Amino acid sequence: MAKPTASPVRTGLVHLALIIYTLIALFPVFLTVINSFKDRSSIFRDPLGLPTPSTFSLIGYQTVLGQGDFVLYFQNSFIVTGVSIFFVLLFGAMAAFALSEYRFRGNTLMGLYLALGIMIPIRLGTVAILQGMVAAGLVNTLTALILVYTAQGLPLAVFILTEFMQTVSDDLKNAGRIDGLSEYSIFFRLVLPLVRPAMATVAVFTMIPIWNDLWFPLILAPSDATKTVTLGSQVFIGQFVTNWNAVLAALTLAIVPVLVLYLIFSRQLIRGITSGAVK
Amino acid sequence: MTTVAEVSIDRAEDRHRRRWHILVFLAPALLVYTAVMILPLIETLRLSLFNVKDNQSFFVGFGNFQVLFGDPRWAASFWNALRNNFVFFLIHMLVQNPIGVALAALLSVPKLRFGAFYRTAMFLPTLLSFVIVGFIWKLILSPIWGVSPFLLDLVGLKSLFSPWLGKPGSALIAVSLISVWQYVGIPMMLIYAAMLNIPEEVLEAAECDGVTGWSQFWKIKLPLILPSIGIISILTFVGNFNAFDLVYTVQGALAGPDGATDILGTLLYRTFFGFQLQIGDKSMGATIATVMFLIILSGVCLYLFAIQRRMRRYQF
Repeated sequence: MAKPTASPVRTGLVHLALIIYTLIALFPVFLTVINSFKDRSSIFRDPLGLPTPSTFSLIGYQTVLGQGDFVLYFQNSFIVTGVSIFFVLLFGAMAAFALSEYRFRGNTLMGLYLALGIMIPIRLGTVAILQGMVAAGLVNTLTALILVYTAQGLPLAVFILTEFMQTVSDDLKNAGRIDGLSEYSIFFRLVLPLVRPAMATVAVFTMIPIWNDLWFPLILAPSDATKTVTLGSQVFIGQFVTNWNAVLAALTLAIVPVLVLYLIFSRQLIRGITSGAVK
Repeated sequence: MTTVAEVSIDRAEDRHRRRWHILVFLAPALLVYTAVMILPLIETLRLSLFNVKDNQSFFVGFGNFQVLFGDPRWAASFWNALRNNFVFFLIHMLVQNPIGVALAALLSVPKLRFGAFYRTAMFLPTLLSFVIVGFIWKLILSPIWGVSPFLLDLVGLKSLFSPWLGKPGSALIAVSLISVWQYVGIPMMLIYAAMLNIPEEVLEAAECDGVTGWSQFWKIKLPLILPSIGIISILTFVGNFNAFDLVYTVQGALAGPDGATDILGTLLYRTFFGFQLQIGDKSMGATIATVMFLIILSGVCLYLFAIQRRMRRYQF
């Protein structure tokens, strides 16, 4: 390819700009993590210094683990996020299959109806959602959160999966039909395994807003037994505002799982965004 | 590949059988979505036309809206929240999206080394929860800790430092910029993806005509990524007009100082759920939610019917 080779100066400037922004993006996280391992006086004396043997301290973590129910909060978050994703993927894939595979009256309308929720945030219905949850006796249960998050995740899941399922070859499905497979086994045994990459993308997209949500836990499930990590750390930090060790440790504890998951799934996520969302 | 004719025959045959399975496939999603999302949304719109007195709900027409826009106290806080929300949105459009586009343009420089590393690192803040982001920045901007003055001192600008989050004049800008810091990853990724999709031939043709570098970006790439910029704008709009979490974690439910960072989301929360001495008011909450719904809906419609249709799409 006859591309004019970029001058080293230009390449250098590009890297410089990218490095500066990378530092801006990472610095706050880095600062929090290093300071969470230091004792109180060195947090203030030398905020930018790495923890050394003389300034190293785990007092913040001891406070967090001693005071807050963080294990329980993590467990709640895992249950809520996991179960919601499961239902979003299962129900979403089923609906997407129906929309992409069969022609029936109202198909397009149904697709539009389900797509409404991509643009209109579910939060606007909170007043009536709370009222309904009170009536159903679901306030302060994880079920309430799971229901809301499943509904919230479905529109985007159906939208992405429908597009993806249209690319599954018709020959394959028809071969299955000739072999006497029911429509259900065609879906579960032929189509689902083929759309696994798209399901992974949807799972990551669905997971982030659920894990990070503060609004619905605050309104639907603020009790101690049902707090999620996001709400738990919010409340904990609010109470320990002046205890910097504890605050920094709590923040670090909240970052770590996200960080680990991100490092595992970042390729999947970035590939998902850069391939699927371009329309 | 099956031809179109064959497919339509298959589908025609399909039509003769009773097809309960379609219903089975659709039912769970429809049920949950309708029951938990659509019906509450409609019910909220309905509630905005009712008021409650002595546990009795009665129809008041647009009475609640009259209170919201007519009563001086309500109107003051509503217009304040709406104005702040527009400033919040404007800062996102003017800072977040241009930075996102610029980063994407840098990332799509051909044969860039460490591209994956930069992308991964710059997208990280987007994944963190508002609670984490809010408190980290609260600490960094805190005059007690002194990290910001110290950093500004390094570049000789220490005199510029002030407790931005605590001053009514700068608090909203500070909160908006924190949100920009968190969300720059999304426009960056979407634009980056759009730029990857520009065919090699187009760029090569441009180079043959001597259009390179800076002018190539303005004359070739930017027009081609305009549809993506449109999508980003509407996503930003919807996201900003139901934002709540960041303001709540940084400034609390009162959205201080003195309501300077109050946006529609926090106003809705205080109104409907109550805060401190204020008792929660379901009807007024539903009224504010309805106004937010109308604002978001008109934004989305404007995008769908006015902007997206006029935008030229290039087919390669």
